[in-house]
Amino acid sequence: MSTASKATNPDSPLSPTGRAMPRPDLPPATLKKWLREMFLIREFEVRCMQAYQDKKIGGFCHVYIGQEAVAVGCVAAMEPRDPLVTAYRDHGHALARGMAPKYCMAEMFGKIGGCAKGKGGSMHMFDKSNNLFGGHGIVGAQCPLGAGLAFATKYEDEVISKGTSNRVTLCFLGDGALNQGAFHEAMNLAGLFDLPVIFVVENNGYSMGTSIQRGTTMGSNILSKAIGYGIEGVEIDGMDIVSVYASMKDLIDRCRRTSRPAMVDMRTYRYKGHSMSDPRKYRTREEEEKYEGHDPITKLEKHLKEAKLLSDDEKESMYEDVRTEVRECVKWAEESPVPSIEELYHDVYVEKWGPYTGTTPPAMLKEAGQ
Amino acid sequence: MTQLHAQTAADGEGTEVVPMSGLRDGAGAARDIEFRDAIREAMSEEMRRDQRVFLIGEEVAQYNGAYKVSRGMLDEFGPRRIIDTPISESGFSGLAIGAAMMGLRPIVEFMSWSFSLVAADPILNNAPKMLYMSGGQFGCPIVFRGNNGAGGQLGSTHSWCVEGLFSNVPGLKMVMPSNPYDAKGLMKTAIRDDDPVFFLESERLLSLKGHVPEAEYLIPFGKAAIRRAGTDVTIVSWGRPVHFCLEAAEALATEGISCEVIDGRTIRPLDWDTIYASVRKTNCCVVVDQSWSFASPGAEVAARVSLHCFDDLDHPVARVHSNDVPAPYASNLEQEMLPNARKICEAARTVVRRA
Repeated sequence: MSTASKATNPDSPLSPTGRAMPRPDLPPATLKKWLREMFLIREFEVRCMQAYQDKKIGGFCHVYIGQEAVAVGCVAAMEPRDPLVTAYRDHGHALARGMAPKYCMAEMFGKIGGCAKGKGGSMHMFDKSNNLFGGHGIVGAQCPLGAGLAFATKYEDEVISKGTSNRVTLCFLGDGALNQGAFHEAMNLAGLFDLPVIFVVENNGYSMGTSIQRGTTMGSNILSKAIGYGIEGVEIDGMDIVSVYASMKDLIDRCRRTSRPAMVDMRTYRYKGHSMSDPRKYRTREEEEKYEGHDPITKLEKHLKEAKLLSDDEKESMYEDVRTEVRECVKWAEESPVPSIEELYHDVYVEKWGPYTGTTPPAMLKEAGQ
Repeated sequence: MTQLHAQTAADGEGTEVVPMSGLRDGAGAARDIEFRDAIREAMSEEMRRDQRVFLIGEEVAQYNGAYKVSRGMLDEFGPRRIIDTPISESGFSGLAIGAAMMGLRPIVEFMSWSFSLVAADPILNNAPKMLYMSGGQFGCPIVFRGNNGAGGQLGSTHSWCVEGLFSNVPGLKMVMPSNPYDAKGLMKTAIRDDDPVFFLESERLLSLKGHVPEAEYLIPFGKAAIRRAGTDVTIVSWGRPVHFCLEAAEALATEGISCEVIDGRTIRPLDWDTIYASVRKTNCCVVVDQSWSFASPGAEVAARVSLHCFDDLDHPVARVHSNDVPAPYASNLEQEMLPNARKICEAARTVVRRA
């Protein structure tokens, strides 16, 4: 195994940055859209951290700063009808999937305007209209669910509608989930049943404070796990959105054709702690700076600037626009009422018995006219 | 086990007495079929009716079911809908929950509910909470079913009575039929239900025969059946122990103690109105629950009856449970551990003060 040098994590992100991907000919408008989306997630997360410190957000809060290219690039490579399920570091996925930031923020504020009416919180973002089947709070728990979403789309094709849905499920997990039984059972079932699901391991090198080599065998080559299940494994540089998009597009297209599962070693890095209470004593400031030097937002900015596709003024104006949007979403969340006490008893059961008193759809579904 | 036939007590006084056979009006042709056949008929009928329903679990397809409950279903429905899994409860339970979130209606067979413990996270953390945590966006219409309770000298790991553990969780429904008629009618209701249903069968009852009409019927949740009407003491139970209650009632009748035996049929929801009405009539209550006593459904019945029928009770509610020990292997010890007619008789004599 690799020899750990001081406190730097050699297995962690970007050590080898994966295969050099052919850069597809992407329209400048697409690249700028991605830049805006990544910046929106980062700005949103910065505001979350402030709100958490101001005690406006309770419970646990896990921010996505550093990993933005993963969610934005993967979602860009998916179709809107493709199901997505993820773990508890889920704000980025929700925003990338198209949830309006105000519903996401209001959820964390514990307000009725939240995507789950304030009943889920930071770790449990759900958005039916955007095919987001949740953030899930138990490490690895979403893996069998992801296999099940893929099972259902395949069942729809084979039993109900005879081959019309043809959807691919993306199931995101952290490298910490590699050591959970649920992940391995899901991989086995996906391989066995030929399920159209891609397990995207957002490998940021740490499960909370435990580096991957302290917790995972073959930590420097996690795709070895895929071999055991007869599943294709692909390593992707998760700090480069063009690589993420191009590799995932290729993989998703293939999965749609073959209905074979895949596993992705998505090399990335979380700049902040595991949660808001994490002082990051288990790694060095040097290591963090090293990875911040590969920042996905800066990288795309630089590319656009060098290609003369984005002026400084245009960039600043875009960023200012995003800052305003996020400020407004914080304001909206603050002004959204807390759930009524009656809401405590809603959504326990679908039909009436016990304390159930009827459901009310979340604000976002109401506004979407659903 | 001894096959218990219907106790068709005529004494009604407004309360509905439903015999174990379930045949109240003689409607339709009736046959005697086994409990396992009743479950299979319910699943097959619902699968013919609704393409979204499928059965998944260990040995359900090619092996025809570890306990032959799904015998012949692979032939009729094919491998897309009768799905064999590896021994991987956490994986296939979670998979089925994901499928239910997408709108399918899975039936998950646990060979034994004892094995569901390795799937505790999906069945307790995902299925019953999905609707709530998503603010009403994603429900989980799923049935988990399989053998529950002591089978016969299987030792402690295979003899779980999970009703004690799982009935604690809001968001799920729990069914515990005592006879083939109920098993079929409740299973059909469970499959059509939009919430997760924990359906607890008993290996000891699978070969039990009973009348099941040819014609379709459903039994609603939360509606208990009075198996035997009586005036001196109310005995509340569900699942296999109902048979022990009837055995005890028969014995107590010879001593001049008239027992009213209530079969709850479903634990979540439990038919409190029927229980309270009976206790207000008899003024005495015994609850018989095969799970351990501490924090059990039986404890809940005792607590609520004490609260709601306090002024009607002549004696504190008596409780018959499995003894507070892991299930033993030795046959005599296992029999002593479980609720039985002797223990129920003793409890009933105590509450009617004829001990």
